[in-house]
Amino acid sequence: MRAVVTVIGNDRTGIIYNVSKILAENNVNIEDISQTVMHDFFTMIMLVDMTNMSVDFNVLKNGLEEVGETIGMSIRIQHEDLFNAMHTI
Amino acid sequence: MAMFKDVLETVRMIDKERLDIRTITMGISLLDCIDSSGVKSRQKIYEKITRLAENLVKEGERIENELGIPIVNKRISVTPISLIAGSSDDLNYVEYAKILDAAAATVGINFIGGFSALVPKGFTKGDRILIDSIPEALATTNCVCSSVNLGSSKAGINMDAVKRLGEIIKETAYLTRDADSIGCAKFVAFANAVEDNPFMAGAFHGVGEAESVLNVGVSGPGVVKRALEKAQNASFGEMAEIIKKTAFKITRAGHLVGTTVAERLNVPFGILDLSLAPTPEIGDSVARILEEMGLEHCGAHGTTAALAMLNDAVKKGGIMASTSVGGFSGAFIPVSEDEGMIEAVECGALTFDKLEAMTSVCSVGIDMVAIPGDTPATTISGILADEAAIGVINNKTTGVRIIPVYGKDVGDTAEFGGLLGRAPIMPVNKNDCSVFVNRGGQIPAPIHSFKN
Repeated sequence: MRAVVTVIGNDRTGIIYNVSKILAENNVNIEDISQTVMHDFFTMIMLVDMTNMSVDFNVLKNGLEEVGETIGMSIRIQHEDLFNAMHTI
Repeated sequence: MAMFKDVLETVRMIDKERLDIRTITMGISLLDCIDSSGVKSRQKIYEKITRLAENLVKEGERIENELGIPIVNKRISVTPISLIAGSSDDLNYVEYAKILDAAAATVGINFIGGFSALVPKGFTKGDRILIDSIPEALATTNCVCSSVNLGSSKAGINMDAVKRLGEIIKETAYLTRDADSIGCAKFVAFANAVEDNPFMAGAFHGVGEAESVLNVGVSGPGVVKRALEKAQNASFGEMAEIIKKTAFKITRAGHLVGTTVAERLNVPFGILDLSLAPTPEIGDSVARILEEMGLEHCGAHGTTAALAMLNDAVKKGGIMASTSVGGFSGAFIPVSEDEGMIEAVECGALTFDKLEAMTSVCSVGIDMVAIPGDTPATTISGILADEAAIGVINNKTTGVRIIPVYGKDVGDTAEFGGLLGRAPIMPVNKNDCSVFVNRGGQIPAPIHSFKN
């Protein structure tokens, strides 16, 4: 099962470090990362594989939200299915 | 993986444009709860609803969390209670409403629909008792919604029902006078009612439906408006294309939610109703979409055409996105639940008569309109008859959810709170129609050829 992690906020150091740290701790594998910075506004999208995830989805979700609060970014995780459903015919 | 911009588009739709799944509604057949004893029948009803819908809220919240898209309401619709209660000796069906309310509270949903009767061509004993029980049922329960189908394109319009429902609406308004007659917000009178509608107040589980199904109602007026904002100089063809594409995406999200929840609850997926349903929140208004097309206010000349195009384009985009489209599937224009409609009424741009014209090209009808509390029952019946005629002649569903707010008059505002919003009291035509309404009988079924 795969999910999309979206990180949006003001650019700063350590964003990828903090997000990938919690993913690694919970045995979630990062398959793809895209990021861009426009006018100091940082946007990153990660495709992650949760097949061997060691915790419940909600625990990971809450963990990511906490990291987001700590580093002052909005971080969300959503199942990949939603994006595929909405954007492919 | 979906493209970078697609992911961001979806995130923006949810975050900024209020894309949500308006409701997941579980339809439950109560036909096997019929019993000659009302007490036993109600026990069966409670047991069946709480058993089948035990995990509805839990699974709804789970998928909401996983997909990151809000599901605003979790609801239940049941077989019209007049059919279930009719075989009992009870002379009042309020207890049935109370048991529905209790079951709804147990499973944690916010509305249960189906305190209903289908009388397009006449009344059974059960229909009469149910209709007479509506005011007390709505005044003594929290979550129960009621509806009556009083006409159809095949049968014509039951004018005896039209007359009686005018009185029932007045009575309901009186019994709930302490809360701006809110009981009337939980009742809708239909012509050509649909049996798989997931939206309240008119949801019921038709007799042609399966044992239990899961229906979904999507929404997203904010998303459509935002998409049109980006196309300031678009022609009508281009606007229609934008609306279709947006409706496609919204519908796909709804379809995914519906099929996933249905699978987890182990019930068949029923239909997806892709209506644009507004809320009183800023940025979630159907009226503002019409204004975005170039109208100074909703209600200006051109509004009916704008709404017709919107409604049609939404259907076209949605039907491409899901093979299970049903229910109403169009645009809703409930006055109290739409911030743009409220403003249009308050500034005098939107009148009752224009609203009636708008209902001829969209779903669903005169919806959440507050009128003076001293409006005679016969005038309300006249409104019901007009709206039913639009539906019956044009082969479409129409409904009336109207609130004669007890003790209030034009210039006042009724406050319903929450998703039901607030409604400025609108003036109605004061000319008398009682002789017409009191004639009784049936307006015959219309001819279905020679259409002009």
